[in-house]
Amino acid sequence: MKTTSSFPPPAGSPVAARFGETAFTRRKARTEAAARGCFLFMTLALVVPLVAVLVYLVVKAWPALGWDFLLDVPRRNMTEGGIWPAFVGTLDLVFLSLAVAAPVGVLAAIYLNEYAADNGFNRLVNLAVINLAGVPSIVHALFGLGAFVYAARFGASVLSAALTLAIMTLPVIIASTREALASVPRAFREACWNVGASKWQTIRAVVLPNAVSGILTGIILQVSRAAGETAPIMFTGAVFYKVVERGDLFPYYLDDQCMALSMHLFTISTQVPNVREALPFATAVALLGSVLLVNAASIGLRVWLRHRKKW
Amino acid sequence: MASVSEKPVAAPAPAARARRPLWAVGLERAFEAFIRLCGVSAVLFVLAIFFFVFREAAPVFRDEQFSLTEFLFSLHWYPTSETNVRYGALALILGTFSVTGLAMALAVPFGLGAAVFISEFCGPRPREILKVIIELLAAIPSVVWGFIGLTVMSKLLVTLTGAPVGVNALNGGIILALMSVPIIVSIGEDALKAVPDSYREAALALGATRWQLIYRVLLPAAKNGLLAAVLLGVARGVGETMAVLMCTGHSVNIPRGPLDSVRTLTANIAAELGEAPVGSGHYRVLFLTGVLLFLITFVVNLAADLAVRGIREK
Amino acid sequence: MNVTPPKIEVRDLRLSYGAREVIHGLSFAIRPNEIFGIIGPAQSGKTSLLRCLNRTIDFTPAARVSGAIRVDGRDVRRIKDVFGLRRKLGMVAPLPVGLPLSVYDNVAFAPRCAGIRNRAVLDERVEQCLRQAALWEEVKDRLHTLGTRLSGGQQQRLTIARALSHQPEVLCLDEFSIAIDPVTTMRIEDALKELRREITIILVTNLTSQARRLADRTLFLWNGDLVELDETGVIFSERARRRQTREYVQGIFG
Repeated sequence: MKTTSSFPPPAGSPVAARFGETAFTRRKARTEAAARGCFLFMTLALVVPLVAVLVYLVVKAWPALGWDFLLDVPRRNMTEGGIWPAFVGTLDLVFLSLAVAAPVGVLAAIYLNEYAADNGFNRLVNLAVINLAGVPSIVHALFGLGAFVYAARFGASVLSAALTLAIMTLPVIIASTREALASVPRAFREACWNVGASKWQTIRAVVLPNAVSGILTGIILQVSRAAGETAPIMFTGAVFYKVVERGDLFPYYLDDQCMALSMHLFTISTQVPNVREALPFATAVALLGSVLLVNAASIGLRVWLRHRKKW
Repeated sequence: MASVSEKPVAAPAPAARARRPLWAVGLERAFEAFIRLCGVSAVLFVLAIFFFVFREAAPVFRDEQFSLTEFLFSLHWYPTSETNVRYGALALILGTFSVTGLAMALAVPFGLGAAVFISEFCGPRPREILKVIIELLAAIPSVVWGFIGLTVMSKLLVTLTGAPVGVNALNGGIILALMSVPIIVSIGEDALKAVPDSYREAALALGATRWQLIYRVLLPAAKNGLLAAVLLGVARGVGETMAVLMCTGHSVNIPRGPLDSVRTLTANIAAELGEAPVGSGHYRVLFLTGVLLFLITFVVNLAADLAVRGIREK
Repeated sequence: MNVTPPKIEVRDLRLSYGAREVIHGLSFAIRPNEIFGIIGPAQSGKTSLLRCLNRTIDFTPAARVSGAIRVDGRDVRRIKDVFGLRRKLGMVAPLPVGLPLSVYDNVAFAPRCAGIRNRAVLDERVEQCLRQAALWEEVKDRLHTLGTRLSGGQQQRLTIARALSHQPEVLCLDEFSIAIDPVTTMRIEDALKELRREITIILVTNLTSQARRLADRTLFLWNGDLVELDETGVIFSERARRRQTREYVQGIFG
């Protein structure tokens, strides 16, 4: 007996009468296609204009881009020149803030996940950490002002701004590290405890090495966030303009104020009249490029480490 | 099977059982104490944010020129007036809600639509690519968004709507929508992925089309997670500073239409904090605005948390 | 009258998780170098009992223990060096767990934690334990493979090797065969019969036939109560004193 399965079945056959195309199925197929088209449109409506805008930015920035733009300092009242002081300022701020937030955050997460008892106080702590990850950036600015600039008397400085950024990134580092630690199955820990290993020995031998990838990706994401934020550093240490030598790698002391790339973009696009048109666009491209590069590195790291999964 | 132990295992003398050197034990204890310290101090930092912002704001209640009802319900924001200082933040509150509302009106349908598309209609390769794009979108700093609003969107709006100035509530709304969409998409997609496959299989076995599956089964099943996604998008919108500072114009008034210029609570703090003398009434009211923002985002985040908890309890 | 002091002595042990008591006043003693079987249906408290022995019950926050457990005469709840205690009692869990380390590192993990650094000593210890667990022949050429990549039966034998690596005086096996194939189970049972010459073995099992094959004496635990404790030959015959024992052993309930 010949068995065929084709859709739609030949008209007039008994199969067609049962399972074939009818007005009903045609209508269903139409709504199906319409739904698919609608959702596809919604997705493309987000992605396409965005890509277009980014391309537009690069095109407008093109005349100004180049190594000189990176290494040079702003000239002629910021209407010309480059972004070097701002770039190195951002590097300093990010490095300093991560140097504080990363170790404290990772160790705090280890404490909260591995050592702390599961009582009411700690659950409150968890709630606090999670909600603080969602605090508006301007509130971080107010905190930095109140705590570091005034109460601790650091004044507006690289130190205050970096500490403000550190506090801003700390809750998220704690949360993502905890997630990475929790992804290691409890069975491994129990197997280690059963042979007489202490908690720290277990953490060092089994838990941490397998959570490192998640921890690193979380920290790298905060690097890009710290580099891009403006409000927290606006009043705590970043300024409009600072005299810096071209290409100088260490122009700022801890108690100096500094320029920063994000702040620079803000001032150059809102506070500086008669600026050469390509300059703000180039600044935006520089900031955006750095941030996206760091994020891409984090995504790449995550994908690469996923292939090396050990269980 | 050879059992090649030289030391008899049945009754080892205590000396034969290996012991960790004392210095190693001591070092480990010290390190564990340090870890505990980090845990506690991280918690302290985190609570310190509450404390310091409240502390700078609190004295304002003793100031005779300030009244809480005026703050919350009056439209007159004249903090720098020499004769009649008034701290009415209602226009700012309405500014925040109007811009956020506009943003959500755009972001929610498009964001949820994209989430549905990525979750249900996509093959695995396009899905990975789209998720990476969404993640990179989320990484764009707010000042860059502000810049885009100031330059690109502003020009677009002027040409499309003929408004005199391109920075207004609509501009801020569109930019804020683009900023909130990644959160809505990624959390929404997680919520849809969390719906058990058995639901999908059951619906398809009954002959449902993909659209019917989505509309009648998935969206209702995932509604808590989708609600949480929207709420977190709202929280992002309310808390956004730089982008709205650069895109919404600077006038403190109730917006009568989307093409009006508004100011939000966040932008207001950023704009005026630099000029308010430390310790003055103005300064403290700005901190109080920060407290208000804090409370609003806290409540919205809590609501999102509860919405998600609702799924887990089931 | 047996004059050798018991290896492990349990006196009026009570365990509660929160408000729920799961072990109600257990008292028994385990002799050195015997295979001591504990049988009983699920949720009888068998696993909880083992966890009280090596103090891993400490990791369950809601658990409260009272009564005395003495190993070699010393109360475990008062011992200061908990890690030394856990090295004295080896524990094998029901589900095979290969740590995400190489096979060599899996077995060398416990000696290293105890402070042994000498490579030669570690090499010898690893080989000895893998032989005792009947795994050496299969892994001797690939000691660098990840423990998680072994088969279920191999991982369970690896767990046993790990449990032996710190030279325990007592080996506790908690339903070790539920996740592995019968052939591996047989090989492990043969290994246990060899090991009993050197150490004491506590065998918790759901399979009454396994206790009958291996154990010298058997304790029937039901709902946290000691129903009967006697020579295995007695428990599994008509001479068992309690009717409950006879019915459980015959499979009338379980």
